Amino acid sequence: MKIIRRISALCAVLALTSGGVAQADGTAEVLHWWTSGGEAKAVGTLKEAFEAQGGTWIDSPIAGGGGDAAMTALRARVVAGNPPTAVQLKGPGIQEWAEQGALNDVQAVASAENWDSVLPPALASIMKYDGNYVAAPVNIHRVDWIWANPEALAKAGVEAMPTTWEEFNAAADKLMAAGITPLAHGGQPWQDATLFEDVVLGVGGADFYRKALVELDQDALKSDMMVASFDQLRKLRGYVDPNFPGRDWNLATAMVMRGEAAFQIMGDWAKGEFLAAGKVPGTDFLCAPTPGNGYVLNSDSFTFFKVSGDDNLKGQQVLASLIMSPEFQKTFNLAKGSIPARTDVPLDEFDTCAQRSHADLLAAIESNALVPSMAHEMAIPRSVRGEFLDLVTEFFNSDMGSQDAAQKLADAVARAM
Amino acid sequence: MADTPSLRLRTERWLERRLPQIVVLPLFALSLFFVYGFIVWTAYISMTPSRIMPVYDFIGFSQYDRLWATPRWYVAIKNLFIFSSLFIAISMVIGILLAILLDQRVRAEGLIRTIYLYPMALSFIVTGTVWKWILNPGLGIERYMREMGFENFTFDWLVNSDYAIYTLVIAAVWQSSGYAMALFLAGLRSVDDEILKAAAVDGASPWKTYTSIVLPILRPVFLSTVIILAHLAIKSFDLVVALTGGGPGYATDMPATFMYAFAFQRSELGVAAASATMMLMTIIAIIVPYLYSELRKTGR
Repeated sequence: MKIIRRISALCAVLALTSGGVAQADGTAEVLHWWTSGGEAKAVGTLKEAFEAQGGTWIDSPIAGGGGDAAMTALRARVVAGNPPTAVQLKGPGIQEWAEQGALNDVQAVASAENWDSVLPPALASIMKYDGNYVAAPVNIHRVDWIWANPEALAKAGVEAMPTTWEEFNAAADKLMAAGITPLAHGGQPWQDATLFEDVVLGVGGADFYRKALVELDQDALKSDMMVASFDQLRKLRGYVDPNFPGRDWNLATAMVMRGEAAFQIMGDWAKGEFLAAGKVPGTDFLCAPTPGNGYVLNSDSFTFFKVSGDDNLKGQQVLASLIMSPEFQKTFNLAKGSIPARTDVPLDEFDTCAQRSHADLLAAIESNALVPSMAHEMAIPRSVRGEFLDLVTEFFNSDMGSQDAAQKLADAVARAM
Repeated sequence: MADTPSLRLRTERWLERRLPQIVVLPLFALSLFFVYGFIVWTAYISMTPSRIMPVYDFIGFSQYDRLWATPRWYVAIKNLFIFSSLFIAISMVIGILLAILLDQRVRAEGLIRTIYLYPMALSFIVTGTVWKWILNPGLGIERYMREMGFENFTFDWLVNSDYAIYTLVIAAVWQSSGYAMALFLAGLRSVDDEILKAAAVDGASPWKTYTSIVLPILRPVFLSTVIILAHLAIKSFDLVVALTGGGPGYATDMPATFMYAFAFQRSELGVAAASATMMLMTIIAIIVPYLYSELRKTGR
């Protein structure tokens, strides 16, 4: 019943907002790799909404390798001249495909619905190629979160969530003394890089982050600020238990849940693990942004490929409009644990961490402290990101000096450009 | 009209002679295209600026420059040599020893042989996952020994960048030495009893008999074992993915995982193709001279 009510509400909203394309049918084939529990449920809401419009939804889930398998399939489909209508594809990957001439724009829908006024500008620019929207974001994940177990903190006498890295280090030292692992971490390259980018934001601030990790400025990469960031990362390495290599992020989250470890630095998909285990934010676990007063943005989006035929084109337009509808953004993100990409959706039904995320997002837009995530493929092409991951993970797993690391990082980036 | 029968006869004869070639031809053409054709394609892609999609502009050897300037590639190459030399050597030594011991007419030989050969029936993914648990300091041997009372026992190779590569050797040897044993056992069984009796009559010690007579006779078996184990080592991808995931960091990266990462995770088709070509060159450089010398000696 709830679903039916939601769908009818959705239809009503669509009928009001999208004018010309609302009575549509159309066909949409959607290629994605959201195959695990919460994700599959989230994408299911999109399917239901699309079919409620009378459209035909062709589901093409391709599991495996964090999307690597899906990208391989996509390449083959594009080469064969038979691309899907929309693909779960994000960040600079959108630009790479656009440069190949493989995308359709949905600017007509975007102008009619005024996407520019409801999306954070930093996110909107990623969705556009040549000034036209070629993709639509479904959510915003915040990457710079610290998750904590309040009991473990109390045991070690840590009273408040740290707001600077100095405070974090002090809290971690207390925890060490109390025999609790301060930081739960999984030693996989992307997790190491997640720590790294949060540290860079905290140490250098949003402007430095942008210069080093987005614009890839050689001087910034070799600067003292970068060396200081590596120093702090080295400190964090000391707060991790010896068994961390290869551990999955959700196992690290479980360590915090069980009180074996006090903190985890991870994006808000970790919140999904806490919620799934029946934990309540604020009492069973705490959330706070990592130091730096910034906001590291990660966003999933659907990118529109060059399909032809009226039926497919229509499906594409309907899908674009549907993805950006406030009602869909709400139901989808309640299922997935992120927050809506539209900034004008009320968050009354969301938990406190999500509401904090939303408030901080608006503040970060205001103060120009919103930065795209390097580790999660929002900032730089995959080739350069790969070099970052290699270097950061090598630093984290060896005794490389910070000075040395900054120099090697700059060289690696220059090589991949 | 008079020509017709002889023409038919000639056609039939021609067909008879050519039929084998005609039958084999499609398969030959297919493998030529799908194996050698794609080798040529890969080699060409390695000389283009291909990234996310293949493009066909020729740029020479700059992808190779890039490859040989990447520290991770050196780690991969070094790991391949450490892994394959240790893996092949240890598997063969254990294989020969087991085969010789089994050859002493022991009781329940069939059962023992099956037990040793059994790991071969598992896929490397299973082997890798099981050994990951056994070698994990928090779950496996180290924890077990500590719970037994040895508080200072440390066996953390799996999470140590300098030693993680040897955990791959352990798992791979466990999986493959039984197979080497089976090959050597078959070889030992084919040694003529008369020769052994003659040696015994001449007063040769068992050690002398094996080192001077039996092992030299087994030379062709060595050849096939080395080739089979070497290709397992060079292809080693699934074991790395399951056991260490290439980590800690990228300390256990191999050329195959390197190539996969660049082609499918980083949209660097050109560099990936260059690394694939380098792998092919390495195999050719090692295998071809070895095959040549071995096959010439055995006169085949």
